[in-house]
Amino acid sequence: MQRLALASMEIEDFGTVSARTVVAGVEAMCDPLGALYLPETRLLVVSDLHLEKGAAFARRGMMLPPYDTLATLKVLEAVIARHDPAIVVSLGDNFHDRVGSAHLPEIFRTKIADLARGRDWIWINGNHDPDGTVDLPGQFADELHYAGLAFRHEPSLVSPAGEIAGHLHPAATVIRREKAVRRPCFATDGRRLLMPAFGLMSGGLDLRHKAMTGLFEKQNLIAHMMGRDRIYSVRFSNLRG
Amino acid sequence: MSTIDSAAGPALLPAPFADWFESKGWRPRAHQMELLSRASAGESLLLIAPTGAGKTLAGFLPALTDLTRRGKIPPGSAFTGVHTLYISPLKALAVDIERNLTKPVSEMGLPITIETRTGDTPQAKRQRQRLNPPDILLTTPEQVALLIANGEAERFFKDLKYVIFDELHSLVTSKRGHLLSLGLARLRRLAPSLRTIGLSATVAEPMDLRRWLVAQSPDGESHAGLVTAPGGAKPVITILKSEERVPWSGHSAKYAMPEVYEAIKAHRTALLFVNTRSQAEILFQALWAINEDTLPIALHHGSLDVGQRRKVEQAMAENRLRAVVATSTLDLGIDWGDVDLVIHVGAPKGASRLAQRIGRANHRMDEPSRAILVPANRFEVMECQAALDANYLGAQDTPPVGHGTLDVLAQHVLGMACAAPFDEDDLFAEITTASPYTGLPREKFARIVQFVATGGYALKTYERYARIRKTVDGLWRVSNPGIAQQYRLNLGTIVEMPMLNVRMVKRGAKGAVGRGGASLGKVEEYFLEMLSPGDTFLFSGKVLRFEGIRENECLVSQAFSLDPKVPAYAGGKFPLSTYLADQVRSMLDDPARWGELPDQVRDWLALQRDVSSLPKRDELLIETFPRGSRHYMVAYPFEGRLAHQTLGMLLTRRLERAGRRPLGFVATDYSLAIWALDDLGYSFAVERPSLENLFDEDMLGDDLEAWLDESFMLKRAFRNCAVIAGLIEQRHPGKEKTGRQVTVSADLIYDVLRSHEPDHILLEATRADAAAGLLDIQRLGDMLARIKGHITHRRLTRISPLAVPIMLEIGRETVAGEAQDFLLAEAAEDLIAEAMGEAGI
Repeated sequence: MQRLALASMEIEDFGTVSARTVVAGVEAMCDPLGALYLPETRLLVVSDLHLEKGAAFARRGMMLPPYDTLATLKVLEAVIARHDPAIVVSLGDNFHDRVGSAHLPEIFRTKIADLARGRDWIWINGNHDPDGTVDLPGQFADELHYAGLAFRHEPSLVSPAGEIAGHLHPAATVIRREKAVRRPCFATDGRRLLMPAFGLMSGGLDLRHKAMTGLFEKQNLIAHMMGRDRIYSVRFSNLRG
Repeated sequence: MSTIDSAAGPALLPAPFADWFESKGWRPRAHQMELLSRASAGESLLLIAPTGAGKTLAGFLPALTDLTRRGKIPPGSAFTGVHTLYISPLKALAVDIERNLTKPVSEMGLPITIETRTGDTPQAKRQRQRLNPPDILLTTPEQVALLIANGEAERFFKDLKYVIFDELHSLVTSKRGHLLSLGLARLRRLAPSLRTIGLSATVAEPMDLRRWLVAQSPDGESHAGLVTAPGGAKPVITILKSEERVPWSGHSAKYAMPEVYEAIKAHRTALLFVNTRSQAEILFQALWAINEDTLPIALHHGSLDVGQRRKVEQAMAENRLRAVVATSTLDLGIDWGDVDLVIHVGAPKGASRLAQRIGRANHRMDEPSRAILVPANRFEVMECQAALDANYLGAQDTPPVGHGTLDVLAQHVLGMACAAPFDEDDLFAEITTASPYTGLPREKFARIVQFVATGGYALKTYERYARIRKTVDGLWRVSNPGIAQQYRLNLGTIVEMPMLNVRMVKRGAKGAVGRGGASLGKVEEYFLEMLSPGDTFLFSGKVLRFEGIRENECLVSQAFSLDPKVPAYAGGKFPLSTYLADQVRSMLDDPARWGELPDQVRDWLALQRDVSSLPKRDELLIETFPRGSRHYMVAYPFEGRLAHQTLGMLLTRRLERAGRRPLGFVATDYSLAIWALDDLGYSFAVERPSLENLFDEDMLGDDLEAWLDESFMLKRAFRNCAVIAGLIEQRHPGKEKTGRQVTVSADLIYDVLRSHEPDHILLEATRADAAAGLLDIQRLGDMLARIKGHITHRRLTRISPLAVPIMLEIGRETVAGEAQDFLLAEAAEDLIAEAMGEAGI
């Protein structure tokens, strides 16, 4: 539970733990809690929250712990408190299944309302929750075009320029001396950026997986990997040393 | 108990049996007749016999004679349930027994039907068996669990008279054994008059098995009767005395290959045992490299494709092979033709395991088995010598049966709900008759039932999704039929590591990868993650080139590299047994026993005595010395790798807190090395900290707790518990998942659960599991108590002879926990350096 611990820690110098990157000319900060912050527009992006994942499994007979929503919202609260964004974009798969937001316990509904107070909140629809959210603040949409960037859940195959997407839960593996360490990452080649999954009970997919094929210009690809308490930026070609 | 003279045979044996024995020129053995008469009189029994003593026939005699007296069931009679259940740990063994049993039964013309039922049995045959059961059903523990969870179980087992457990010693010590003990408790309820017969090799604590075989009650212990067959001829065991230099460290024993090859040539068929699958691969490769006579030498281990394994077994049974390199997959009881030599490469790690493996040679008990031990390094020379002494002395170090685990209990509770609605008190009374669960508190059972129903969380949000519910009549029932289907798909206690199938493909002229060829077996996913296309590794006896991963398969092609990477398999590493550890320590302490050791090992020990000292049997020797820019401490507890790893973690934490700046540690079966920036020798000399404090037993308190929660080993144990307990499915109806696709990451669930409900019953089960298995905490505790006040510190100026083996291991250890981020930092630093370079700085 590194991120939950990290969320409750005081960070003295945000610059040393985060990583700066530029997507289609727009400056962005990769926060070690798993969110992307665009300072010029005061816009915060999180992706693949997968809220109520435990409950979604319980509905199908697997009694996973019911604490994932609580944990994910705690981290979300911390990252919102840090940046105080004007706009929050949640990039799809906000809930793990279609009925997730309708069945959301009241206490979490209130928590999200508190977080959204005083800012714009946009739910992008994902493949797990294509019908939008029920009884939650903010608006929902399939895509958002704003500040020269396109925000959508699944990366498009035709227009990479200026795209911020989620869906694939990118993770990268560093190999040194026959030892491998795999971590979720922000993946960008300067044209598009793929967000790591923000949900605390969501896994990752390696950048070498065939689902990633053709998304990036490999020579420019950098994985901003989520370490215990900071971001480590590693060039794709340098992952295997 | 009285022994029965074999002259009493005719009275007990029905005519066809007596005639059959006579026609073969055999006489029933005393232990066979004793077992027959006592079982027929209604006793449950444990038979302890060496291999080759006619154990199997003995086990079946009571059932066969009873069935012969009963006669054939006339057609049109009312349904008759199964009469005898035979349960074996291996599918192959059940199939083998069918062959061996059918032969005498048909020769005697007995009116008895015998069938097998395993995971390989076709659906139609299983269906038919439920409607029309055979008299004798030969099966596995998993099939028993399936049968008793079925709604027809009551009818199927109502006539059950005998349950025979083969290789009981190997069944009972695992979670599989725990599940089987619960299954037996249910069978006893369905057929109250059933008798059990356990067949076992020699074990350290026969009473554990005798209790296991019969129902326990709160009023006092009960146990099955004991029948012991006399031991056979003493095995002839030698340690390979090589002309070559025995290496300081390593596990491959490559130095001894020419001599091993000569030994194979001098015998009809040799079985070569190793401890890990990667050792098997290396040994096989090394033997073929010098196989000038192209002797048929084969390979057999658990990761290989099933078809390939069956082929090897077949060839072995037909005496077409001269040697097979095998892991523990061949430890157990199938007859493999004419094996006249067992070669054990590497130390056996336990005296009982060695006895079992040596028993694989020559299944006739009146002739001695022959075995050669091939130590792979110098410590193993001593270990082999100790094991050899032990085998002569008949010492045993089989593991204890252990307390029944909670994850297995959860699985069983769901299975019982699938069979029929249950009353919680009744089921509790039933499961506590199983000896591993006798001491289970009622309250803990209630928590398990809650866990099965809704996950048992303090936050009760899943009531409406419950898998089982208590209805108005007070009985627990499954909520819907889908639950039972889910249960059947995920039943069992063997949790797969995420594995990928390895498939051979042809490489096209332009490097294009062709379509599928032969499947070679399975390899762990984490190993493949470290490979890039073009890398080579050793698998299935071949050097393979990794081409990539397509869907759920790892594609490989034939490679010609001579320096492959070797699969670093997770499974198959046994720690040194407590008994052998003590023997090795006593050998070190007693130069009079060095006479048995090869010259080079003796010289090594003598040199150690001169420049440092040798550890006394009950003391702990600690050496400190500088090397390069670092300071080392090496401890020699001889308590096995797992206990040493735990000790290493705890000591490193303590040294860190004392400000001694430790950098890392590495553990082997024999010793433990820690390195630091500070001069540890000086620190101990001025008692900052003192060694007595450093090694104080209180490290097993808070330090252990704190470390445990962070430990990757706990995550591994959790995954296992979560799958067995049914929290995570390995397979979902309609989507047959492989280990790779376990639907959610167990690590993430562990993290969420630990931070929100650390007292959850599944975390409790995980900690208990880890403490018993992966961490060997009991053993560590015993060791710390033993060495209290007996620590000897040698401050040396340089490395000692005894320290060389472990120093050679440094750099081969795996990284875990916090250390992982160092690797990330290293890769990121590279990026910075690169970026700086680009900027022209």
